[in-house]
Amino acid sequence: MSTTTIPEGNAQADFYDLHEHEHPEGHSTMLGFWIYLMSDCLIFAILFACYAVLGGNYAAGPGPHDLFELPLIALNTAMLLFSSITYGFAMLAMQRDKVAQMQIWLAITGMFGLAFLSIELYEFSHLIHIGATPQRSAFLSSFFTLVGTHGLHVTFGSIWLVTLMVQVARKGLIQANKRRLMCLSLFWHFLDVIWIGVFTFVYLMGMLR
Amino acid sequence: MAPQSALPYSPIFGRLSLEAIPYHEPILVGTFCAVALGGIAVLGLITKFRLWGYLWKEWFTTVDHKRIGIMYMVLGLIMFLRGFADALMMRTQQALAVGGSEGFLPAHHYDQVFTAHGVIMIFFVAMPFITGFMNYVVPLQIGARDVSFPFLNNFSFWMTTAGAVLCMASLFIGEFAQTGWLAYPPLSGLAYSPNVGVDYYIWCLQIAGVGTTLSGINLIVTILKMRAPGMGLMKMPVFTWTSLCANILIVASFPVLTAVLALLSLDRYVHTDFFTNDFGGNAMMYVNLIWIWGHPEVYILILPLFGAFSEITATFSGKRLFGYTSMVYATVCITILSYVVWLHHFFTMGSGASVNSFFGITTMVISIPTGAKLFNWLFTMYRGRIRFELPMMWTVAFMLTFTIGGMTGVMLAIPPADFVLHNSLFLIAHFHNVIIGGVLFGSFAAINFWWPKAFGFKLDKFWGKVSFWCWVPGFWLTFTPLYILGFMGVTRRMRVFDDTGLHPLLIISLIGALTIACGIGAMLVQFAVSIWKRDELREESGDPWDARTLEWATSSPPPAYNFAFTPKVHSLDSWYEIKSRHVARPTEGFKAIHMPKNTGTGIILAGFSLVTGFALVWHIWWLAIVGFVAIVAGAIYHTFNYKRDFYIPVEEVEATEAERTRQLAAIAAGA
Repeated sequence: MSTTTIPEGNAQADFYDLHEHEHPEGHSTMLGFWIYLMSDCLIFAILFACYAVLGGNYAAGPGPHDLFELPLIALNTAMLLFSSITYGFAMLAMQRDKVAQMQIWLAITGMFGLAFLSIELYEFSHLIHIGATPQRSAFLSSFFTLVGTHGLHVTFGSIWLVTLMVQVARKGLIQANKRRLMCLSLFWHFLDVIWIGVFTFVYLMGMLR
Repeated sequence: MAPQSALPYSPIFGRLSLEAIPYHEPILVGTFCAVALGGIAVLGLITKFRLWGYLWKEWFTTVDHKRIGIMYMVLGLIMFLRGFADALMMRTQQALAVGGSEGFLPAHHYDQVFTAHGVIMIFFVAMPFITGFMNYVVPLQIGARDVSFPFLNNFSFWMTTAGAVLCMASLFIGEFAQTGWLAYPPLSGLAYSPNVGVDYYIWCLQIAGVGTTLSGINLIVTILKMRAPGMGLMKMPVFTWTSLCANILIVASFPVLTAVLALLSLDRYVHTDFFTNDFGGNAMMYVNLIWIWGHPEVYILILPLFGAFSEITATFSGKRLFGYTSMVYATVCITILSYVVWLHHFFTMGSGASVNSFFGITTMVISIPTGAKLFNWLFTMYRGRIRFELPMMWTVAFMLTFTIGGMTGVMLAIPPADFVLHNSLFLIAHFHNVIIGGVLFGSFAAINFWWPKAFGFKLDKFWGKVSFWCWVPGFWLTFTPLYILGFMGVTRRMRVFDDTGLHPLLIISLIGALTIACGIGAMLVQFAVSIWKRDELREESGDPWDARTLEWATSSPPPAYNFAFTPKVHSLDSWYEIKSRHVARPTEGFKAIHMPKNTGTGIILAGFSLVTGFALVWHIWWLAIVGFVAIVAGAIYHTFNYKRDFYIPVEEVEATEAERTRQLAAIAAGA
């Protein structure tokens, strides 16, 4: 099957690309970034698996019922979901090359991200304050690690967001910057998807335990 | 709650003090002196011959996949000598410490030696070797000019090196883990390993792991996106196929290692309870997770070399590979199946008959595609005109050795048998049988095969044969006794033996290890002699073995841009097609070639990572924070540089290609 396409004869042009076009810059970045995201997804998969196995081991300490405040988490979830929508608006502005509009949407996205992080930090400090520390039980170790790893990702996403805003301000919407904004877009929505998992699996199902 | 670290603490130096220097251990002091003198000599020579600028500009900051590939090989070779020194110490200790003798290694030292041996051989020898081959060969085989992300490639290499340096630092500053190469908790937890050894283990693997994962992503994208026009997936050379599968395994398994080591470090640094004995921790979770990485890892190591054996067998049998399609499918089957066998590493966990049966059967199933590959190689050789050059000799040795290793593996896959053989020397003999017989023999075959491509001259055949005939019998002399000892019930990692009846076999094993040492020595001599006599061994055609795939279509060593014109591919053996049809090589119409620029960012960021890792090992918190901020800031700073490419001017391409034309004409006139 693989031999059917071989041309007859030995014409040079059949065996060498004499008029080739170079690969455009960044031609494979999106694929590479997708694959990176999948590898990151695996890290979360392991943390979810740990939570699934260890999440019931309270070691005579507090369980989800004693700790989780769903209204607060719902608010937090809303912050992150809104940030994804506003990032989407930023991308739409980027497609129409409206730099100022895009920057405003990115700034709003960053604000939502910070609001999310603040609420999460408040939740963590509250838990630690009432003695539900990561050291208290395997349940809390895996809870803090899973949620905290997501929070760390949002932190780095926010730093990245600011970096890109500076780069767009300096260089404008050149191809390289658009590509970077697309990568961050993937990253940001990816964190949203992970958070849906956390919200469902850790908080909602935790209340059902 | 786990106990605190046993070492005194100061805010400036953390746990680090002069006590950490093992000056009371004569073996380590001697090693340190030898390493220091050797290091000073090398640095002195580099300075004397004013090579620093050359090394920095042409090698350390290079983004050329070929040079990065060669640097990976150098790293692997250096670490191989260290890892083998550990092996020799273990075999000597076991041969001496029988019937009341304590041998020459105290337990504290011996336990570090066997841990370091495993860690180094897997992470810093086998991994650099296969990454080096893939880096060097894959872009050439697919007709590309570089990998997809050349800067990341350089960064990956330096992260791997930083991990290796941190691992080596533990030899002279503090200590290494005494836990065995996978650092199972609770032994590796703070309660039982309060010192810095496990922290060295964690951070050297984490830093190197970043490099490995990134290079995996890089090579997958390269293979998927940068193949020459016409090279459909089913026209890719087998080595490229096995590299693709190995890199998919890397990306799909190394994050698991990263995650599980991160959890272990949380247990050790902030006293969480993932794998502790109390507060709801579960140590078997660690064992499961690390083998979910660990089993694919062994296929990561062997798959690329299966590819190399395929290229070598086809080349030296003078035939196209038998059963190309089945070879590809076998590779893909192995890739998938490698994720459903991990539990066979701990049948004794006690997960019950059903679970053990499932994993026993999947383990036996995975030997089927591997067996199919062996038959493909045999049928390729059948009625071929076989040339017994060094690569082919190593391939035959591999086929014999690996098959036996595979069969003892199937024995271990039977859960009831495993209950007897688990953690015995039989297991040690088995996995050395497949790793040495497969990965190392494969690496030696591949080094002998691709060396002329990389350097333009062949390796010396006489010393290669000496090495071969020391290595192969030496291997069997070392490990056959271990199989027998395993059947007799001897467990692994023993430091002293009471039963003098074991002594003869342990001595035979030591003699085997010494024979292997001769093989390694002969190999180093082979390299030296070949470099010395390079003019005699010069090979200018670019295709010394009459081979079949595209890496042989270009000069040896290839120009920086690999191909002046990208080849068009119509069949599996593209170069064979071009040769046999006498297609004229294009000699005009050259264009300027778009290439990536060198950058020092990779080595600098890896340097920061090394400092951060060292600071974390010793709890020097301020330095860890500074190092980490430097990594993030450095990475951001790098993204502000948008000018990362340049054009090789057309005059330079023309001059290089004209030189090549003259070279080929001279060969044709001589022939």
